[in-house]
Amino acid sequence: MSATAIKLKIAQSSDILTAANLRLLLDKIIKMLALPGFGILVFLLLWQLVANNIVTSLGQFPGPTQVWEQSKTLVAEHQRERDKEASFYERQEKRNAKKLAKKPDAVIKIRAYTGKATFVDQIGTSLLTVAFGFFVATLVAVPLGIICGLSESVYRCVNPIIQTFKPVSPLAWLPLVTMVVSALYVTDDPLFEKAFLTSAFTVALCCLWPTVVNTIVGVASIDRDLINVSRVLQLSATVHIRKIVIPSAIPMIFTGLRLSLATGWMVLIAAEMLAQNPGLGKFIWDEFQNGSSNSLGRIMVAVLVIGVIGFILDSLMLAVQKRVSWDKQAILR
Amino acid sequence: MKNNYLEISQVGIEFPTDSEPFRALQNVNLTIGKGQFISLIGHSGCGKSTVLNIVAGLYEATEGGVILEGREVNEPGPDRAVVFQNHALLPWLTVYQNVELAVKCVFKKTKSKAEMRDWIEHNLSLVHMDHALNKLPGELSGGMKQRVGIARCLAMQPKVLLMDEPFGALDALTRAHLQDSLMDIQQQLGNTVIMITHDVDEAVLLSDRIVMMTNGPAASIGEVLSINLPRPRDRVVLADDPDFNNYRQQVLRFLYEKQKNPAAKAA
Repeated sequence: MSATAIKLKIAQSSDILTAANLRLLLDKIIKMLALPGFGILVFLLLWQLVANNIVTSLGQFPGPTQVWEQSKTLVAEHQRERDKEASFYERQEKRNAKKLAKKPDAVIKIRAYTGKATFVDQIGTSLLTVAFGFFVATLVAVPLGIICGLSESVYRCVNPIIQTFKPVSPLAWLPLVTMVVSALYVTDDPLFEKAFLTSAFTVALCCLWPTVVNTIVGVASIDRDLINVSRVLQLSATVHIRKIVIPSAIPMIFTGLRLSLATGWMVLIAAEMLAQNPGLGKFIWDEFQNGSSNSLGRIMVAVLVIGVIGFILDSLMLAVQKRVSWDKQAILR
Repeated sequence: MKNNYLEISQVGIEFPTDSEPFRALQNVNLTIGKGQFISLIGHSGCGKSTVLNIVAGLYEATEGGVILEGREVNEPGPDRAVVFQNHALLPWLTVYQNVELAVKCVFKKTKSKAEMRDWIEHNLSLVHMDHALNKLPGELSGGMKQRVGIARCLAMQPKVLLMDEPFGALDALTRAHLQDSLMDIQQQLGNTVIMITHDVDEAVLLSDRIVMMTNGPAASIGEVLSINLPRPRDRVVLADDPDFNNYRQQVLRFLYEKQKNPAAKAA
């Protein structure tokens, strides 16, 4: 065979390969991008259609285009506020430098910038709050769930309390949490703001329960054979929990954690709205009270952002679950 | 001493139910010598597993008791290792780690790290599973999982090896392989074994004595049959052996003539 013939053959086979690959790639693109994209497009069209037919006292209900405009404005506002802040500190520094040049032992004060929180700032605050509340809830819920799952007697003691508090709305807790935080959290140099703690604890109180209940079920339904193995080996309580209980219950624990995080995120917005604590909820309420012709559009931006963040949070939990879970074949969604 | 290594005496057990307590076993008496291979055979629901669980210490007898090497059994422990029907491996640990968990419990104080490693690998090679140390149980076939389950128990160097229908969930060929492996290992190590089985051929092939149980409730030991076939035993040769077939027949007669299957009667 001549060299050119060989080259030709290689070229042909690689052509076939790429053709097959292309097909696979195309399939993937359709599944991963085109279909969801199509769904979103249909939704946007319907939205625009419906929005055109609703007129409120604050003007036309915002369609996708108005919302897009408002989202750009919100980002621009944030940018402007940051620039203002930077120049504020710059001026202050110059003034202080001058003062020092005149009199080297002058007492220098640095004043914090007190501009209004922008939409982006509010997102940050909300995320921080939900993270803190969820973290506190997890620290309580997982150990509590394990203990209740392991001991039938403890479960019987705790269950009525769990079942009573589980359906309580966050809004019912809020006044109590506010008063308790004000009464107990008295320091001259607060590490956290009171409003932050109020929101966070309200979140924690509400997102405790899904994790507790699911952890109990997960721990109580461990395979009897595995428990017998542990008994035959006379494993100590700590080894038993570490090697057998937790790995068995991990899928259920994560189901609970994901439900908890979703609950926590929903609760947080409501709590911020009612208590006027900084965050996305307050942003929505302020816009509503503001009542400008842009308000509805800006609220709609917040609604979408809340939804997308909720989606991202759940995806993050799913990613963590996939990493921790021993059963790599399990289909998680 | 040699002939009463393990003594089950006057054992009976009752389980609480909503109405009156259910009596599962009554007057079970059995003495087992060191290094003997005993099979428990009987119809479903006759309490074979209950006997095994009492010896394991997983159940507590209502009356009577079990004495192993002069000491009463009252809790589960690694000196009475149990091979479960469904292997009961921890699915999140590799083959090696599953055996390691058991070895660490038994030899924490007596073996160094390197010795433990050798010991784990040695036991896995006994059951021909040393090629899959880092596999998870989910990646193994049913027979392989059961081999690892057996290795885990052997590695504990138990005084008695308790096997609860160890091959019941396997296909016939895999079962034959594992029976041969088990015979080899028992020949080599001289383990004392109590095995529950439904399979008459398996019982005759493996055992020194077959303990046949009557139907429940209040089940007890019906007959004990000593199997005096020379070892090592070969399943192919024994298939034509008149003694082998005679033993087989005696067990079958007990099961299907003297103790008719209660389920069959109902049907």
